[in-house]
Amino acid sequence: MKKLATVIAAGIATSLLLSSTVVAKEWTDVRLGVDSPYKPFEYKTPDGELTGFEIDLGNEVCKRANWNCTWVVQSWDGIIPGLLSRKYDAIFSSMSITEARAKQVLFSEPYYNTPSGWFAAADFKLDVADKSAFKELRIGVQRGTVQDTYVTDHFAKNNTVKRYSTSGDLLLDLEGGRLDMVLLDFPVGDTTLLIPEKKGAYAAVGDTFQLGNGMGVALRKRDKSLAATFNKVLAEIKTDGTYETIQAKYFSYSIKM
Amino acid sequence: MLDQLVALLEQNEMFTPSILNEYWDGTVLTVQLTFLSVVIGFFLAVPLAIIRTSKYVWLSRTIWLFTYVFRGTPLLIQLYLIYYGVTMIDGIQDSPIWFLLEDAFYPCLLAFVLNTAAYSTEIIRGSLVTTDKGEIEAAEAYGMNYWQILRRIILPSAFRRALPAYSNEVIFMLHATSIASVVTLVDITGAGYNVYSRFYAPFEAFIFAGGIYLCLCFAIFAVFQRLEKRAFRHLA
Repeated sequence: MKKLATVIAAGIATSLLLSSTVVAKEWTDVRLGVDSPYKPFEYKTPDGELTGFEIDLGNEVCKRANWNCTWVVQSWDGIIPGLLSRKYDAIFSSMSITEARAKQVLFSEPYYNTPSGWFAAADFKLDVADKSAFKELRIGVQRGTVQDTYVTDHFAKNNTVKRYSTSGDLLLDLEGGRLDMVLLDFPVGDTTLLIPEKKGAYAAVGDTFQLGNGMGVALRKRDKSLAATFNKVLAEIKTDGTYETIQAKYFSYSIKM
Repeated sequence: MLDQLVALLEQNEMFTPSILNEYWDGTVLTVQLTFLSVVIGFFLAVPLAIIRTSKYVWLSRTIWLFTYVFRGTPLLIQLYLIYYGVTMIDGIQDSPIWFLLEDAFYPCLLAFVLNTAAYSTEIIRGSLVTTDKGEIEAAEAYGMNYWQILRRIILPSAFRRALPAYSNEVIFMLHATSIASVVTLVDITGAGYNVYSRFYAPFEAFIFAGGIYLCLCFAIFAVFQRLEKRAFRHLA
């Protein structure tokens, strides 16, 4: 009996030892989850290549950390469950750091911050600073974003809020005349609606404003070493000028944080 | 009883009365969509199935093409084409039917109706053509014309034999309505998505949604069980 107890104890000890080495594993292959299209942060070129600000930034992080990285495209709806069920190891996809999300995932330090902005057809007029001016409007947002939370909290009562899985569907319905206004991450609206191809049919409504505490890489709670590497490498990229080089490819203004 | 329920609800952060209300609204929409599409689809399918068995090849081929297209492509794609496709037609926003198309409900209902009509047509056709020849010959011997035979002999027996397969189609339709959530309708799945995106708790949000579907399925099972009991009385 005593022997059996010793064997079990030894077994438990070994498995504990093994599991602790698993936790401290060296990361060589890292899979990054991303919701595309989300122009200009991530989108596909006509020949199907993933590109964009975050793709470039992510690839730079992987290069410096000596990781072999693969991008996994996952729609925004399921991006956190996908991380938790190990479809990928990190979400590198413009995720705003919020309290509700921090209950489920571990965030890195923020690596960029952009304002949100209202967009509508060019002839649409509204004083967006006056919240009571929002009445019986059809407002579109991407489901589960900080913009969704903001619109739901402030305007759901007197307006119709329509939620979309992708920003592409949202834009289709704005162009199809099913929405009066959309609230978007400003660069997304800027690069999809305020471009010459749209011939000035759409305009930003009112001033941009800040929602959320910046965008961070989201990881599983237990992957603390991975978060540490992300923070270290991102800090390097931010200080040595590489950040500005990548930023200049996509933005004429600074989004650095 | 109600007090106990309220007390129970107060202990959790997620299933508050307002969230449950969202699920309830979603349930109402799912039931509406399923019921309307199944009923309208059925009344379309009966004449279509009869035409499909017509001896005029060009008639039956036309219906065959319709069922082939709608059974041969995913419902999600049909929904996308109908919902987003119509907005690309020039001037549609100024046309008198825009108020119907603007709302997500009607394009969605249209897609579901056409889809279930296509499947039901084939289910009913299947039992129309397998009607016992002897029954039809007997009816002819009584001097009934084509319409009398159809109404008195073929259709009642075909409906009876189509019932088990048709109950499956209704259940499939209930589950198919869940894709309404991709075109902004808040059905049960849409409510699940919204709740999930607010709390980032996918399991609770979707298990609850799944539970509602199960309950609705039980209701459909019960209805068809009664119908089948009546229809197959003569065999008992």
